[in-house]
Amino acid sequence: MADTQNMNSRRDALKTMFRGAGLLGLGGAAWGTTAIKLKASELTLRPPGALEEKRFVKACIRCGTCVEACPYDTLQLATLDDHTAIGTPFFKPRLIPCYMCPDVPCVPVCPSGALDVDVIAKQIDGIKSEEPDINKAKMGIAMLDQEACLAFWGIQCDACYKACPLLGEAITLEFKRNERTGKHAFLKSVVHCNICTGCGLCEHACVTEKAAIFVLPRTIATGKVGEHYIKGWDKADEERLKNLKEEKAVKSSPEDELNDWEYLLDDD
Amino acid sequence: MMTNIIKRNRYLILRRTTQLGLLILFGGANWWGWKFLMGNYSSAYVLETFYLADPHAVLQTFATGFVMSADAIIGAVIVLVFYALIAGRSFCSWVCPINMITDLATWMRKKWKITKKESFFTFSRKTRYWVLGLGILLSPFVGVAAFEVINPITMLHRGIIFGFGMGWAVIVALFLFDLLLVEYGWCGHLCPLGVFYSATSRFSLIKVKHDVEKCTMCMKCFDVCHEEQVLHIVGEQSGFIKDECSNCGHCIEVCDDNALKFSINNYKI
Ligand code: SF4
Ligand code: SF4
Ligand code: SF4
Ligand code: SF4
Ligand code: SF4
Repeated sequence: MADTQNMNSRRDALKTMFRGAGLLGLGGAAWGTTAIKLKASELTLRPPGALEEKRFVKACIRCGTCVEACPYDTLQLATLDDHTAIGTPFFKPRLIPCYMCPDVPCVPVCPSGALDVDVIAKQIDGIKSEEPDINKAKMGIAMLDQEACLAFWGIQCDACYKACPLLGEAITLEFKRNERTGKHAFLKSVVHCNICTGCGLCEHACVTEKAAIFVLPRTIATGKVGEHYIKGWDKADEERLKNLKEEKAVKSSPEDELNDWEYLLDDD
Repeated sequence: MMTNIIKRNRYLILRRTTQLGLLILFGGANWWGWKFLMGNYSSAYVLETFYLADPHAVLQTFATGFVMSADAIIGAVIVLVFYALIAGRSFCSWVCPINMITDLATWMRKKWKITKKESFFTFSRKTRYWVLGLGILLSPFVGVAAFEVINPITMLHRGIIFGFGMGWAVIVALFLFDLLLVEYGWCGHLCPLGVFYSATSRFSLIKVKHDVEKCTMCMKCFDVCHEEQVLHIVGEQSGFIKDECSNCGHCIEVCDDNALKFSINNYKI
């Protein structure tokens, strides 16, 4: 009698344990997948000096000190409506662009290191200093839709060119004869990706109904040739071929790779 | 009469003062450019000189493999040491803005006489310890501080200070959960931050002390305490109220026999 009772209570205890473990697993899986979806934020423009997106989302403690430090109200913290990691700072240049403050007040106030002066450190005599250099910011790249740009129609417009804080460097104008009229010229804006900071002043200034020039995050807007293409006419690039093996060893950092779970979810 | 009401609610008034005062100081930084307390409860920039940070958030981030800057780490240590050695779980009753929402739900439950038996379902108060553990365990797998992406506490204060978006719906849901489904549902059963602070509060200085000699066993304290289980010593032995007690002082306010009062921990009983 006592034995069967003992057995029963043991069985009950086991049952409870399994139920608990099951609930925990279920909760963990539901929570985990939700968390991964909620942090997805590839299409977001981050403040200057932000770490690479995957690390940024880990690092940012969501305090909004950067938002308060920005004198132009450029930055906002993501709410549930914004398709990016909740609570993290971002900006919409068509609304308010980043005015590229020379002293970059938004960066040094960040307590977590999600915004890091080191990312945009000024080079003095080739050595990184502790001073920020806003021209080094890489918030995104301005892309131009030639179909929607008035200048490409032959109508005179240089709003984006004039608005660019790196005028003549990040955007240059390309002169071209307008064969249609025979007596006018096109003045086409050309963005130089290696210099453009992604501040979005051009997007903000664009006169078309929906901006013909707009900023996209660098991860979205850049391609990659792949290391097996070599510029045969370039001595330095040929040299690279020889060093490829060593390069490979140091190149891939685990940070760039997908987490185990994300890999399973990455269907879209 | 008037003084009696104030006396009966003395800790409530003080608690609302600190809760709302902090909210206004944080809000003022974003709305009017005040420099007293920038940021929010996740991390605050105090008088433009040093930082405070939420140790639970920093711990989760640490679990993802990212080590925050010294500013945030030192800020988290200051906060942790303050609660662990001095204030116990006081964050919940004196600082956390969610407390005002859940207190309102409790008040309305009492007013509408929604009793415990009418709880839609019940589950263990220990659940929150599992939530605490799971949040830290999940963080390295999801590559982000797992609780922070669903945290209604931060949604509320960020919402008030920086703008809600749809976040208010989560707060309404939490309120209704406490009001209609489970008594003390969120803070008493699910929130990992509350038990994070109670787990570290064992040696805190400020604690509620019970004097069994004065106790008449009226049970009024049991009626108002949101963590009834911590009152197990009441009527049985003198000593300090421990574990999940949030130092809200509600039991002290309702005790007509002076058998409960705030006291300094002597680390003996
Ligand atoms: S650089 Fe200036 S304008 Fe741009 S986000 Fe920072 S504070 Fe705002
Ligand atoms: S200051 Fe840093 S931690 Fe705070 S919201 Fe901005 S990026 Fe995130
Ligand atoms: S985003 Fe536009 S305005 Fe800003 S640097 Fe690039 S091209 Fe110039
Ligand atoms: S239990 Fe959580 S939500 Fe409730 S008061 Fe404490 S920290 Fe805030
Ligand atoms: S024991 Fe008293 S002070 Fe502690 S939580 Fe309960 S009512 Fe509040």
